[in-house]
Amino acid sequence: MSEWWTYRPSDLLMFAPRTYWRLFELHNEAWWPLQALAVLVGLAWAAWVWRRSAVALRAGAAALAVASIFVGWSFLLQRYAPINWAAPGLAIGFFVQGTGLAALATRSDLRYTPSALRSRIGWLLFGWALLGQPLLAPVSGRAWMQAEVFALTPDPTAIATLGMLLWCQVQSPVSGRLLELLWALTLLQCTISAATLLTMGSLQGGVPMAAALAAVIAALAKR
Amino acid sequence: MSAVNDPERVGQTMHLSRRRWLAASAVGLAAGWPWPTQAAGTTDVITRRIPGSGEALPVVGLGSWITFNVGNDPRARDACAEVVRAFFASGGRMIDSSPMYGSSQPTIGHALARLGQPSALFSAEKVWTGRAASGPAQIEQSRAFWGVERFDLMQVHNLVAWQEHLPRLFEMKATGRLRYVGVTTSDGRRHAEIERVMRTQPIDFVQITYNLLDREVERRLLPLALERGIAVIVNRPFREGALLDALERHRVPGWATEIDCDGWAQVALKFIVSHPAVTCAIPATSRVDHVRQNMGAARGRMPDAALRERMAADVAAL
Repeated sequence: MSEWWTYRPSDLLMFAPRTYWRLFELHNEAWWPLQALAVLVGLAWAAWVWRRSAVALRAGAAALAVASIFVGWSFLLQRYAPINWAAPGLAIGFFVQGTGLAALATRSDLRYTPSALRSRIGWLLFGWALLGQPLLAPVSGRAWMQAEVFALTPDPTAIATLGMLLWCQVQSPVSGRLLELLWALTLLQCTISAATLLTMGSLQGGVPMAAALAAVIAALAKR
Repeated sequence: MSAVNDPERVGQTMHLSRRRWLAASAVGLAAGWPWPTQAAGTTDVITRRIPGSGEALPVVGLGSWITFNVGNDPRARDACAEVVRAFFASGGRMIDSSPMYGSSQPTIGHALARLGQPSALFSAEKVWTGRAASGPAQIEQSRAFWGVERFDLMQVHNLVAWQEHLPRLFEMKATGRLRYVGVTTSDGRRHAEIERVMRTQPIDFVQITYNLLDREVERRLLPLALERGIAVIVNRPFREGALLDALERHRVPGWATEIDCDGWAQVALKFIVSHPAVTCAIPATSRVDHVRQNMGAARGRMPDAALRERMAADVAAL
């Protein structure tokens, strides 16, 4: 793109907000009742992790790997790509993240963090992703059918991943590098989503931004 | 200040404006001006002639940036088809799109198929690729999306690789696979380069941004289009809606009734299409009531040069 510095974020926004939110409605219609199952599985897994079980963390990483790849394929490629040239790139990010999470699920040195702050912020983010994010649609005046649901749409899946990453502690350098990659990808997803929503004029862009900030602060505070 | 309510008299009014314009800009071309005429099949839509051919086009067309990018949503596609139906029913002809506009092309194709491929259509497309070798395949893909036999106008989008694309487009025109060739830019970018293209290449159309607030093109590009006999398409007449959002907070001035405007959208469009060099403005919308309102700007009295200046000054002062 020539003279790229003259372009504002709004110049790159190629769809209307109503078109964007309608994607979620079509997605929810197509996959119902997977939404209920995803939330129930998420809650069951949360109850397991509550015991600070390393096995539960590894199972959760595997489940989030499936969710990330599913979001990349079913939402970003099938729904979002027709209206946004950048969506295939975002989908690749989710595929790489899913692969990384699958690899994390195989790491035997994965443990629950001893940091109380990381643990609490992780619970806050995971709880928000499961139960809070879907409420934004009706709170914002949109239909329930446009709700963003964990494991089916990008933002709650990324925020839930941030929560899980906060719970993770590893010993080996290989596992450490893997976690860094997952952090970078998830923070990038939140940043892109925040930029898109804010450019659309939606205050909801503050949610992924706040989630990313909270996660980074918690991660750095007790390093 | 004056305004007139008859297309022929609009033409006369614009003729005087043009002469003043040409005198002021020392362009000095008096012959060959595409006078406003009435569109075939309509009684009151104001048209402008394409300088290169004399073909008449209604002064208001239909853009598709953002508004027609609705993806695979059947409900939204049907809604866009109704917009296109209302556009043709109101006397419109030119629809403009680009491969850059996401799913806008298949949305237009859906609408045209639903309407039985309206014969009034003037199809304006773009080639948008930095790899010149990909141009023909992209144009063919666009044609398939629209479902048309050939495009009326093919433009090089944002001057991307224009040195490579234009010779091929001229060759397509020469062999009857296109009717017109053009180049585009938007938001005031690359004006020096587009001026160079206008001076050196035998293009039929140029597409630029022009509205009540963005008036830089009045200084060089619009007079040059008159001088070179190049038709002008105006994009972003409402600054993607931001201009109207700002204007809607204010009452429409009294002079709007002198030019038969029922709202700010028509004021903004009449300001644009009353410029002597402008052939057509292409506002985009996803609403039937808005497309009808936009097409209303192609009817009734038009502002003369003095009123145009007052319109711009009043809006700038708001």
